[in-house]
Amino acid sequence: MAELQFREAIRAAIDEEMSQDEDIFVMGEEVAEYDGAYKVTEGLLDKHGPKRMIDTPISELGFAGIGVGAAMNGLRPIVEFMTFNFAVLAADQIINHASKARYMTGGQVEIPIVFRGPNASAGQLSATHSVSYDAMYAHFPGLKVIYTSEPADAKGLLKSAIRDDNPVLFMESEQMYGLKGEVPDEDDFTIPIGKAKVKREGSDVTVIAHGKMYHVATQAAEKLAKEDVDVEIVDPRTVKPLDIETIVKSIRKTNRCVIVDEAHPFGGLAAEVGYLIQREAFDYLDAPVQRVTLPDTNAPFAKNLFDEWLPSPDQVIDAINTVTYRK
Amino acid sequence: MAVKVEMPKLSDTMEEGVIAAWNVEEGDTVESGDVIAEVETDKATMEVEVFDAGTILKILVDEGDAVPLGGLIAVIGEEGEDISDILEEAGSEGSSDKSSEKKKEDTDKKAEEGEESFDPVFGDLDKKGNGQPDDGRIKASPLARKMAEEQGIKLSNVEGSGPHGRIIKRDIESYEPSKAPAAAPTATVTQEDKEHRVSQMRKTIARRLSESKFSSPHYYETIDIDMSAVWDARKQLNEISDTKISFNDIVVKAVATALLKHPDINSSWQGDKIIEHRNVNVAVAVGIEEGLVTPVIDNTDQKGLQQIAAESKELIEKAQNRDLQPEEMEGSTFTVSNLGMFGIEEFTAIINPPNACILAVGAIREEPVVEDGEVVPGKRMKVTLSSDHRIVDGVSAAQFLNTLKQMLENPLGMVL
Repeated sequence: MAELQFREAIRAAIDEEMSQDEDIFVMGEEVAEYDGAYKVTEGLLDKHGPKRMIDTPISELGFAGIGVGAAMNGLRPIVEFMTFNFAVLAADQIINHASKARYMTGGQVEIPIVFRGPNASAGQLSATHSVSYDAMYAHFPGLKVIYTSEPADAKGLLKSAIRDDNPVLFMESEQMYGLKGEVPDEDDFTIPIGKAKVKREGSDVTVIAHGKMYHVATQAAEKLAKEDVDVEIVDPRTVKPLDIETIVKSIRKTNRCVIVDEAHPFGGLAAEVGYLIQREAFDYLDAPVQRVTLPDTNAPFAKNLFDEWLPSPDQVIDAINTVTYRK
Repeated sequence: MAVKVEMPKLSDTMEEGVIAAWNVEEGDTVESGDVIAEVETDKATMEVEVFDAGTILKILVDEGDAVPLGGLIAVIGEEGEDISDILEEAGSEGSSDKSSEKKKEDTDKKAEEGEESFDPVFGDLDKKGNGQPDDGRIKASPLARKMAEEQGIKLSNVEGSGPHGRIIKRDIESYEPSKAPAAAPTATVTQEDKEHRVSQMRKTIARRLSESKFSSPHYYETIDIDMSAVWDARKQLNEISDTKISFNDIVVKAVATALLKHPDINSSWQGDKIIEHRNVNVAVAVGIEEGLVTPVIDNTDQKGLQQIAAESKELIEKAQNRDLQPEEMEGSTFTVSNLGMFGIEEFTAIINPPNACILAVGAIREEPVVEDGEVVPGKRMKVTLSSDHRIVDGVSAAQFLNTLKQMLENPLGMVL
């Protein structure tokens, strides 16, 4: 075990996989000469050379398309977006090509590609740079979506994503790149895609939170522990395929559930998970499932408004109090 | 155009105001900003200003009278204006009390129609308790419904503590049948009375036995048994047995043997089916300081008297020391309750769920009996079988009791 920053865990995953498989290459804006906009790929150009660490022009649609084409031809590209907010420009390649090529060729073509980069908001970046895209991509058949909360999960799941023969969207956060955590250092450490993890055991309420929101949920749980409320936190880690079994198992124990999601409410992950819970755990619910999400409005720039906009520990506590009938 | 003057909200917590004084009379003219009345609220005496100019056409409330928030207190308009509509409206609402109610209704209606509650923005919708109107039906969380069904609790007897009276997990957990609305009035607690906290054991006894008595139709059959043969046999047995064998041990053994011949007694009611148990597991009711427990002697029919006596002794000791493990109290198929040692001649017992029957055993009486036309000293014991009529009919119960009587009157038969 080594204590690594989130960015170092991602780098280790890429580096280890590149060292084992020559078909893997990294492509994106400033990934090579500049060592990555967030220093995720630092040192990889020196180690793996310019053929495998490729700086691209600012043209998301273009290099995403090159990535999909390369994957169709047997390479295993890792395409970095400076943020998924910019990947909207590449959506045609991701949604119309990467997700559908295997299906439309009757399985003749595999698309072993990873699209990765930061997702959602990261402070005062205003409306166009603060959107959470995990649920949107999860909507499309043929895409796997991962949004992890901790360095170890990031490393284990990114390695699985790189080894997967299907397109995987791997999401990170600018605000978590400096986050430290114990990470196993053996080369073969992987975490299977589609497995949630109970990260905190509790008996009173299940809080489902992934990505950055996992840390918001943890803060809420710690505050409530002082009031003798025993919060269980389940981190789905993989958005799609979603591990509903682990979630339902937890709710059967706690009978109450709050979903915390960094996206807008309508048709979001919280909506889908809420539906699955009522279908799979109806007889075990003691209160309607609550969700804490962004409001149905765009990110404000002003700090005071932004702080209201983003789900906070206090909002999570309110929701927990509601489902446990405490207030 | 006439304007209604309504009781304004003069403090955050105010629900009604008392008109302390009117500064105007009907027919006076007022300007916007004039103070027309003084109102006592829950906090202080405050002034009521008007926002319209005109003539005071009507004053509806006398000094000293209380008016709820929003209640009509006066009407301002042009002299001679017809205000009968306004007065009628106020009149038809009876007191202005209703007008605030109507407002509430309006908001409720709005919420129901979804105007306010349909808001996809986080939380709003959810926080309103899903906009459920209080329509009188029993609301319970799915979990609470399931728990109530499993425990045989009627939801209509449970008071819900959730939003809109929703019955939730904790309401079922803390439910006590005696608190049901239909229950007999409780005795008034006076100062001389002593209150006891209801222990978990008492709660369990209360719940299980109420459920049993109220849901399974009990009936009782009593039979008198000649115990003189058992009396002699016990004496002989205790001369050779390692463990002292009690009369109750012999009754338990006889019951187990009789149950083998009457499997319908060794059954339980499962709602849509009756389970006839292959194993004979006789439970023995043991009174302890805090209440009552029923440890089980597994496979009683397969055990000899000595073993039954030993196990029973151990279980009773454990019960008295509160050392019984839950599994030692589970799985009974029949229960024996014996109050003979207290000189009780006969009594009726409440069936121990999920058993079909329970046997209440009385004291062995030394009394004169008539045998072949002669009065001789006898040893008699009465036992009363309580049966659940859903499973066991009167004839079956009688046949079982007769088998038991035969066994005890000819104890050697048990060896067969």
